[in-house]
Amino acid sequence: MVTLTVNGESHVLDVDPRTPLLWVLREQLALTGTKFGCGIAQCGACTVHLDGQPVRACVTPVAAAEGRRVRTIEDLAAGGRLHPLQQAWIDEQVPQCGYCQSGQLMAAAALLETNPDPDDEEIDAALRGNICRCGTYQRIRRGVRRAARALAAGEQDDG
Amino acid sequence: MARWTRRAVIATGVAAGGLLAVGVGIRRVALSESLAPLVAADGEQVFHISLTLAPDNGVTAIVPHAEMGQGVHTSLAMMLADELDADWEKVSVREAPATRDYANYALARGYLLGERDVPGFLLPTVDGFFLAATRFEALQITGGSLSVRTTGRYAMRIAGAAAREMLVTAAADAWAVPRAELLTRRGELLHAPSGRRARYADFAERAAALPEPPAPRLKAPDEFTLMGTSPPRLDVPPKVDGTARFGIDVALPGMRYAAVRAAPVFGARVDSIATESVQDLPGVRRVVDLGDAVAVVADGYWQAEQALRQLDVRFTASGNESVDQDDIYRRFADSLERAAADDAFTTDLRRGDAPGRLAAGGRLVSAEYRVPYLAHATMEPMNCTAVVADGRCELWLGTQNPLGFAKDVAGALDLDIDDVRVHNQYLGGGFGRRAFPDFAIQAARIAREAGTPVKLIWSREEDMRHDHYRQANVSRFRALLDDTGRPQAWENSYVDKHDPEEAPHIPYAIENQLIRFVESPTHVPWGFWRSVDHSLHAFFTESFIDELAVAAGQDPYRYRRALLAGEPRFRAVLDLAAERSGWDRPLPAGHGRGIAIHRSFGTIVAQVVEATVEDGRPRVQRVVCAVDAGFAVHPDGLRAQMESGIVYGLTAALYGEISIRGGAVRQGNFHDYPMLRIDESPLIETHIVDGGGPLGGAGEPGTPAIAPALANAVYAATGIRVRELPFARHDLSRPERPGRDIA
Ligand code: FES
Ligand code: FES
Repeated sequence: MVTLTVNGESHVLDVDPRTPLLWVLREQLALTGTKFGCGIAQCGACTVHLDGQPVRACVTPVAAAEGRRVRTIEDLAAGGRLHPLQQAWIDEQVPQCGYCQSGQLMAAAALLETNPDPDDEEIDAALRGNICRCGTYQRIRRGVRRAARALAAGEQDDG
Repeated sequence: MARWTRRAVIATGVAAGGLLAVGVGIRRVALSESLAPLVAADGEQVFHISLTLAPDNGVTAIVPHAEMGQGVHTSLAMMLADELDADWEKVSVREAPATRDYANYALARGYLLGERDVPGFLLPTVDGFFLAATRFEALQITGGSLSVRTTGRYAMRIAGAAAREMLVTAAADAWAVPRAELLTRRGELLHAPSGRRARYADFAERAAALPEPPAPRLKAPDEFTLMGTSPPRLDVPPKVDGTARFGIDVALPGMRYAAVRAAPVFGARVDSIATESVQDLPGVRRVVDLGDAVAVVADGYWQAEQALRQLDVRFTASGNESVDQDDIYRRFADSLERAAADDAFTTDLRRGDAPGRLAAGGRLVSAEYRVPYLAHATMEPMNCTAVVADGRCELWLGTQNPLGFAKDVAGALDLDIDDVRVHNQYLGGGFGRRAFPDFAIQAARIAREAGTPVKLIWSREEDMRHDHYRQANVSRFRALLDDTGRPQAWENSYVDKHDPEEAPHIPYAIENQLIRFVESPTHVPWGFWRSVDHSLHAFFTESFIDELAVAAGQDPYRYRRALLAGEPRFRAVLDLAAERSGWDRPLPAGHGRGIAIHRSFGTIVAQVVEATVEDGRPRVQRVVCAVDAGFAVHPDGLRAQMESGIVYGLTAALYGEISIRGGAVRQGNFHDYPMLRIDESPLIETHIVDGGGPLGGAGEPGTPAIAPALANAVYAATGIRVRELPFARHDLSRPERPGRDIA
């Protein structure tokens, strides 16, 4: 038995503790927004947050996530409001096939948590683990910068 | 439109053996069983099969093409909605179900009536389809950059215009006013003199009872309200919150998971399987022998994959076990030499007398180029969920050819095509790969044996090692320059032709041309790869013309320009790319600019690459792209497709190499088949020319020109001419090393 907290909900699951978190999310919890792309930590399609850190769910045994907070793309929009990155992704028309975008968004969200105003080089460094076969990279950069601006403006409004 | 009058479209549509004429369906048709679910809401009227109009005035465009990120759902819906004068806010899109009612009729007609630029490579996807012209049985293909060009032009627009005319007639009759006094706007009918107005939906029923207009009038470009604008794509919102459902996301009650491994050497078969080596592993349900592959079915995918790795399988020898990549290149060279000796080439194009001119002597330039096999590596690996029960089969997957898949799966399972149902999902990348049904046939066969729903997922390794590959190729050139440096003769010989036919053609005014090929078959399966033969020939021809410019001591842009005097569209695109790139602005030392231009799928694209060389590898700083697709239905979508095509082509030029060792593919995952990543991704600027010609494609034409533009930029920066892709094979910091500059 493995106890897992995903998107704030706790689950007790009867799975082999070596099973990669990716397959537990997708098959046991029906959270299919997290994607399979390579299985060997090369593409980033499976990126989720573990205690706020971006990790590759395809090489993270579910046992390693026990007692920690797992967050997936399904939880990125808090309280029904799109995350500024998601809104920016729509505004910049980032996705094409869309398959890599959950991973891109989760990697970008983790970046903005620690660096609310990244420059292009910092964006590149944070996202170089995420392949986009449709080549949406320059729109991804624009999307991250737009979201950063929106976050900054939002904070000013609040303050 | 030439012989394809609008009346003929309609008449032919009606005549097509009682089939529902997709989108051309001006004619109202009795609802077949498979169409009935599309008009679910009470009171909904079907005008024809390309749109429905609901009582709340909502319009649903029914689009017979798969969405794989190219924005085709949005573009096609825009074309329909524009002609209909619908309220865009109330337009939604559904993908047509894979049934014969939706056979891609418009596409077929476009080809048959002389649209020569519809590539013949669609042919093998359906047996003899083009020959069996009267039976559009299995043709619902998304490929060849055709969706907007054929379906959009021949089906969606006509459908929208016809529906509008019927609504106008219905309202004019009811209000007893002349039709000419009625206006349509944003889903409403307006009669200004009397101040009457009504929603379309109010007249849906009456309109549906009217005879179809024989030749609805299409708008002139200056009347467009939606076409030529860039509304947000309809498929984007579900792609930012994880809700977009791809084939791999489908779940059915009682579903099990399968992992598969095919014989590594193409052509080999399963010899023996030691089933007992895995049958006691947790979750494992069964091992399935597929003849040329073995599958493990388990309760979870990871369990299936783990068991497959431990499974002891032997494969038979196919006779190809000793083939290495060098053997293949050697065979190509042999074929070329033998064909030259025996005069056994097939002629692509002959103009004037190139061999005679070359033999007469003068300033001769020659070169040989090579490209390797390439895999598609769609981001979503091949997968398919299948259930087979009671003589029926249902499939959930992403496919570029739903009806072709249904037909092939029916054949494999010995079922009637009508007993196979394909539920198409979002495609996590297509690029031509998802036109091949191998994985769907596997899934259906495994599900039949398992007796439960089964989701088959290919590992990345399986996906890379059992693709249908862009062909490797060798291409040789000889040209003769006159005293001014202008080419007088162009001779090009290469191996292994696929499609489209015109891929090796050049737009330049050269009096004597001979382009020819010889088949040199290998055991490696071939497939359509984004832009198909254009992806290699543009590299060959646009590198060689650059070499001619260098040999002539002329500026590569102006050299091309002079040879394009009779091709104003090409010239306009070339000039725009050069101008926006600042072609004549001096660059810092170590930087180089390269230019290339190529037409594919009716669209002309010129690109200027600015590159440097760092640590022996090219680094692309900037790409300026000019594109003429006739008319940009959705300019931002066209831009996005250029960006995408450029990154795809650049990835191949820099890294793409599938090589054969011991008859099998060596590469297996992204560590040895690398992808361009964000930190190497250049700034891409796209500039659109609305050339006003026939509509061209968008999904593929961005790809061909980028490799030669890069090679030409690297030459400008370093003086090293790279004639073999990918760049990863070459260390550009060591010019003394042989191999890069193959003469
Ligand atoms: S699937 Fe995990 S990194 Fe590719
Ligand atoms: S949008 Fe298709 S892989 Fe990124």
